[in-house]
Amino acid sequence: MKHVLLTLAAVGFAGQAFATPPVPSEVEFDEYGAVEASLTGEPGDPARGAEVMVTRSLGNCVACHQVDDLSEAPFHGEVGPPLNGVGGYRTEAELRGIVIDAKMIFPETMMPGFYKTTGFIRPGDGYTGKAAKEEDLEPILTAQQVEDVVAYLMTLQD
Amino acid sequence: IVLPVMALAEADDDTLIINEEIEIVTKAEAPAHLEGVVSEVISGWHFRSDETQALELDDFENPALVYTDQALDTWNAVEGSEGKSCASCHDDVETSMQGVRAVYPKWDEKAGEVQTLSMQINDCREANMGAEPYKYDSAPMAAMEALISLQSRGMPVDVAIDGPAAETWEQGKELYYTRTGQLELSCANCHEQNYGNMIRADHLSQGQINGFPTYRLKNAKLNTVHGRFKGCVRDTRAETYAAGSPEFVALELYVASRGNGLSVEAPAVRN
Ligand code: HEC
Ligand code: HEC
Ligand code: HEC
Repeated sequence: MKHVLLTLAAVGFAGQAFATPPVPSEVEFDEYGAVEASLTGEPGDPARGAEVMVTRSLGNCVACHQVDDLSEAPFHGEVGPPLNGVGGYRTEAELRGIVIDAKMIFPETMMPGFYKTTGFIRPGDGYTGKAAKEEDLEPILTAQQVEDVVAYLMTLQD
Repeated sequence: IVLPVMALAEADDDTLIINEEIEIVTKAEAPAHLEGVVSEVISGWHFRSDETQALELDDFENPALVYTDQALDTWNAVEGSEGKSCASCHDDVETSMQGVRAVYPKWDEKAGEVQTLSMQINDCREANMGAEPYKYDSAPMAAMEALISLQSRGMPVDVAIDGPAAETWEQGKELYYTRTGQLELSCANCHEQNYGNMIRADHLSQGQINGFPTYRLKNAKLNTVHGRFKGCVRDTRAETYAAGSPEFVALELYVASRGNGLSVEAPAVRN
């Protein structure tokens, strides 16, 4: 049932049965960089979130973070801190804020904003090296993928 | 506050002596302009696997030498409307081009700009030979650059950053620290703050260019400095600058100067 409605939403009934996700520039952060409200109102799917974490063209989070729970995916990076247990010491709202735009909490961080479409210098069209128009930029992750990743991170308990 | 992430530079302690003869300085005290930034400059060679490193120990093993052999033929071949070859004016490449690579990019008084080795090669082709310029990051350009660089192998990189080159150098420095693209990453994020760290399967080096042009196992050809810059900028989900653009020329001068004190190692081998 839910699935049917989602399909309808995708073909243009969004905003009637469901709230449309906020566009990236309208996400509301609190003063600590956390985002309280779910972007979609739909619960995230941790299994899909795990997939996003290891997929190069999506989150590719393991490029920078070690996550022991995802050790079947090879090559975890060392640029960011390991995320083991992060669901235990960060709240869901903090994690959502960090995935959406980590610079709201760590101003100089190397971590990219995954639900962010403005404020870039020479934004490209994906990984082509060609120019993208800022107005055409898609966030790296969809609102639902952000929720999926957050749901996955919440499962990382010590 | 920007807390500098102190990279644990896991560069190995191997030494590079090519053909049991040419000692390559692969670690050196950082030049003065890097004071407070990094204390040591390190060749990318130290961050590669033993197998990849070994390919540089002996020119019979180094796949780049095939291309310098080809370029030697080009050196002696007459081309263009003036009926000249490089050799017509520069004779033996082994003597005339000694030390040249070590000081490039450099200010060219006549042109009134900083020139890269590629720009100078094309200058000679056009103005002195009446020949077509090479495409900036093409295979024949990379090969000629490698041949010329080979004549400086083992000599210390010593790029001038003051005097008339200073303005271009500042521009290059600015580009080095600019966070580009949808990933908002600068050269410094990866190559200054995180050298020694893994980023997915890649062991980050300092992004030095003393080994360029480099033969990469990944694409089995010689790679130019600007080709590499393009790849790194593209990986930040940014619009790259063009090979040969004033921006990349400035960036090349700046990055080269970060390697002052290392030996010219070109043509190096990387993965
Ligand atoms: C290019 C590197 C990079 C990528 C890619 C990256 N991160 Fe990060 N991340 C960092 C860094 C660096 C930090 C540390 C924050 C700082 O700069 O102080 C961090 C911090 C975090 C934190 C906070 C950890 C803590 O201990 O509080 C979480 C959670 C996190 N990242 C999750 C993710 C997720 C999920 C993804 C993918 C969707 C991701 N990161 C992708 C570099 C990255
Ligand atoms: C007709 C003469 C002539 C020919 C042919 C010629 N050059 Fe030159 N080359 C010069 C002169 C004169 C200079 C120095 C003045 C200048 O900078 O233009 C020079 C300078 C150079 C330099 C810079 C040396 C330095 O110390 O900075 C390089 C590199 C070079 N040439 C490479 C080549 C190559 C490669 C070819 C062939 C593709 C070539 N030249 C063909 C006359 C020539
Ligand atoms: C997202 C990370 C990242 C960014 C940003 C980045 N690079 Fe790189 N770069 C790499 C990786 C990975 C390699 C391959 C491993 C190595 O040598 O570090 C590399 C290699 C290089 C090399 C080859 C080094 C050698 O010894 O063969 C150079 C030169 C270089 N980068 C320069 C730059 C410059 C200049 C910039 C900025 C315009 C830049 N990089 C931005 C990740 C990055």
